[in-house]
Amino acid sequence: MVKVVLWGSLKKAAGGQTEVEVEAKNVREVLDRLKETYPKLSADIDRGVSVSIDGVIFRDAWFAPIKPESEVYLLPRLAGG
Amino acid sequence: MIKTKFKLVGTRPLRPDGVDKVTGRARFGADISAPGMLHALILRSPHAHARIKSIDTSRAEKLPGVKAVVTRDDFKLPEREDLVDICRNVMAREKALYDGHAVAAVAAVSKTVAREALKRIQVEYQVLPHVTDVDAAMKPRAPILHKGMRTIGAEPAAKKDSNVAQIHTFGHGDVVKGFAKADIIIERSFKTEATHQGYIEPHACLATYGADDRADLWCCTQGHYMVRNACAGLLGMEVSHLRVTASEIGGGFGGKTTVFIEPVALALSRKAGKPVKLVMSRDEVFRASGPTSSSSTDVKIGITKKGKITAAQAILRYQGGAFPGSPVQFGAMTGFAPYDLENVHTVGYDVVANRPKQAAYRAPGAPLAAFAIESVIDELAHKIGMDPLEFRLKNAAREGTKSSYGPTFGPIGLEATLKESKKHPHHLAPLGPNQGRGVACGFWFNFGGQTSVSLNIGEDGTVSVVEGNPDIGGSRASMCLMAAEELGVPYEKVRTVIADTASLGYNEVTDGSRVTFAVGMATIKAARQAIAIMCERAAKIWDIPAEAVVWEDGCAKPAGSNAGNFKPMTLAEIAGSAGSTGGPISGHSEATADGAGVSFATHMVDVEVDPDTGKVTVLRYTVFQDAGKAIHPAYVEGQFQGGAAQGVGWAINEEYIYGEDGRLQNPGFLDYRIPVASDLPMIDTVILEIPNPGHPYGVRGVGETSIVPPLAAIANAVSEAAGVRLTHLPMSPPRVLKAMMENGKGAA
Amino acid sequence: MTKTAVSTTINGDAAEFLCETGETLLDVLRDRLDLTGSKEGCGTGDCGACSVMLDGRLVCSCLVLGVEAQGRAVETIEGMAEGETLHPLQQKFLEHAALQCGVCTPGFLVAAKALLEVNDDPSESQVRYWLAGNLCRCTGYDKIVRAVLDTAKDMRSARA
Ligand code: FES
Ligand code: FES
Repeated sequence: MVKVVLWGSLKKAAGGQTEVEVEAKNVREVLDRLKETYPKLSADIDRGVSVSIDGVIFRDAWFAPIKPESEVYLLPRLAGG
Repeated sequence: MIKTKFKLVGTRPLRPDGVDKVTGRARFGADISAPGMLHALILRSPHAHARIKSIDTSRAEKLPGVKAVVTRDDFKLPEREDLVDICRNVMAREKALYDGHAVAAVAAVSKTVAREALKRIQVEYQVLPHVTDVDAAMKPRAPILHKGMRTIGAEPAAKKDSNVAQIHTFGHGDVVKGFAKADIIIERSFKTEATHQGYIEPHACLATYGADDRADLWCCTQGHYMVRNACAGLLGMEVSHLRVTASEIGGGFGGKTTVFIEPVALALSRKAGKPVKLVMSRDEVFRASGPTSSSSTDVKIGITKKGKITAAQAILRYQGGAFPGSPVQFGAMTGFAPYDLENVHTVGYDVVANRPKQAAYRAPGAPLAAFAIESVIDELAHKIGMDPLEFRLKNAAREGTKSSYGPTFGPIGLEATLKESKKHPHHLAPLGPNQGRGVACGFWFNFGGQTSVSLNIGEDGTVSVVEGNPDIGGSRASMCLMAAEELGVPYEKVRTVIADTASLGYNEVTDGSRVTFAVGMATIKAARQAIAIMCERAAKIWDIPAEAVVWEDGCAKPAGSNAGNFKPMTLAEIAGSAGSTGGPISGHSEATADGAGVSFATHMVDVEVDPDTGKVTVLRYTVFQDAGKAIHPAYVEGQFQGGAAQGVGWAINEEYIYGEDGRLQNPGFLDYRIPVASDLPMIDTVILEIPNPGHPYGVRGVGETSIVPPLAAIANAVSEAAGVRLTHLPMSPPRVLKAMMENGKGAA
Repeated sequence: MTKTAVSTTINGDAAEFLCETGETLLDVLRDRLDLTGSKEGCGTGDCGACSVMLDGRLVCSCLVLGVEAQGRAVETIEGMAEGETLHPLQQKFLEHAALQCGVCTPGFLVAAKALLEVNDDPSESQVRYWLAGNLCRCTGYDKIVRAVLDTAKDMRSARA
């Protein structure tokens, strides 16, 4: 299981928690499991998110590997100027 | 493994596109024409908010020389959800949502005819109440822009239409407990006015749409692949049927990361069956491209007597123009990033108002948050009599700190920039009367993204790097340096070209400070692939295994005496026989670049405030920023200096001024005054290099962080000089004078 | 639309063109003569990207009518280098990395050349005030000012 930390706005959609555990070994699995477990998160995830794994932020990397002890944060999709 | 010893990287060769740009030969967006080309103009709403009851184009169409007129009827709302608002912004539909919103466009044989045609288009408007101010837009009885828009993320769930599109929250710990532990708490509110990126080159394009539904588009943009995909989506085309070529680009700073006129030019060309050139006037750039948000922010920070922050909180409200999508979430994520905080909470409101849809501007959203937060930090430091740099060092985020937006930081350079600032002569220089010194920190994420690069070895041993990101500030030079470094050839042997969308795989927009990082990484990988092929060729020639060949100093060499005793072959020698040893030699990299490294900066600025007029003069400016690794230091300095200068404008001059009628009152460089040479001092730079482990040379992006600290640093300096805390940007003379008079500080 | 015939000299060569009376010199240069080195940043005299010399005087070509060029001498960025040899200012702009996007560069070069023609030893603030009519959004002006000062120094010592 990996612990995924959601940003504050997603708390409600995830049943009032900001830390959830899912069975996943890469980004895509994290996103899929989150959508399955908390269907209300789907809209936010589909709008676009970034995933931070051990401090490095990924925008589009389904297969970036995640270890059980990895620090995983779901973040809004980054954009720049 | 990060490379640390370099022969070329870190030097300052002349940029390869330099001669073109100093002789006038370089072709920018408006510098190209086509035979039989038409000139297009756009009719724009004079109203901030109005229902468009009807548009009658018949009189315009009858005018001799008019070849096409388009309106909302020529654009179907696209299926792709992310393009719907872009479509509505490109051409108004039921309502015009801001002064300048496009309503119709014409293409004619000359500009004169096109101008006349615009006058003949009759639009019947029903003017509606409007709102342009962010706080006013959030009021319960504010005019609603979008019927049916409910606030996402509201608790409890929104039951009424609102101009608040979304609420974002971030943070960790418990701020209530944290504030309870504080000895001193400061709480303040801040406002900033909208600014424009102010690129000197207006948007321009030339569209050629054929009867076979194949089209070519030439335009100035930060990302021609983005333009291709957006235009194809808006026009119902297949992406491969539209080839987009990026012109040289005369500045963007985030403002050219979306489309405005390009789909219109294509639609006109499709209708007219001729090439169509469309160039924005400066007035249109101000009214109808993508300026920044204006904002209103409340900050509350608590500290112990010894200067340790116990809790930090910010509520940010960003107006992002007529459509959702202000960068408030980035403000909420980044504002407290320089600090190691146990308890932090931020809330961001994304608000719509009757203004042009905002676009990114360098580190979008971050400077506004930094302005508010760094102002309070400064005030707290002064309150306990601590040097503001010392105060920041005491609370600074470091490797291992849990960031304000969640993840734990890897190696970062904030502390280095603070320590360097403390040592710098600027910090110790004396100040005169009416002068003040301010410092502030800033943070930006940077990112990588999808990137393709091809690197071709010519038969004479020269090299071309083919990349897909418009060169907005010398990036060709950086690519040439990195390719030459890897290959071991002189810089002058490498040429970098920017390919069109048909000639190279997808590349994300030139933004997020990604180019030197991501395209650089792809260039290095492509070079390494070419090297591997060249080693194989040498191995074949020598008839030894490929593993027994190494690449050193631009030559293939036997790995050791066991491998055999062969004279090293230069790149040129291998390239010369390529035709006989297996064909052309190229390397490629097509990947999504991950591992971008965040970056921090500290800025220090001295100002003088004229007690009679409130005018602020910037006397001295120093930028300290972590670049990871500076590939071409002169252009890194340039990014630092440019960001600081834009920050000066934002802090003391620039603002969108809307009248009661909701119209923009200053859509020109005379009244929207960006800093000129005589407004600024030299801008000193200190480049720090704390390598980013995610890049082979340690590169972090540098383009954006430099605009994060200046608003706050200047506000802190002005507040010291004026003897009163300034909380509203820009700090124009009337505002500064008023603040001073109210506090009994002015001369009058 | 009736057009007016204009004879003028551009970068030393005789040139003739037809233009509408309302057309600016900048439009004529760019659209009729294919001299697109001069840029339009504003069209209102506020940015200097269109700077050219008209009978030896620095002007914003967006504020001059095409017909006003009749019988006069126009110098543009395209005439600044002599063949393959860059003007010292052009060279120094490259060496100092005084351009990022480069769209303001032609205007700055024309304006800076005009300065050095009247003052070969300008102070930093004289350079800054002379160039205050040219906007650059990328560089913060630092490297531009240095490039101009450095050129002036070199040109002086070359003469000495
Ligand atoms: S275009 Fe002439 S001054 Fe701006
Ligand atoms: S270099 Fe871009 S405007 Fe000056």
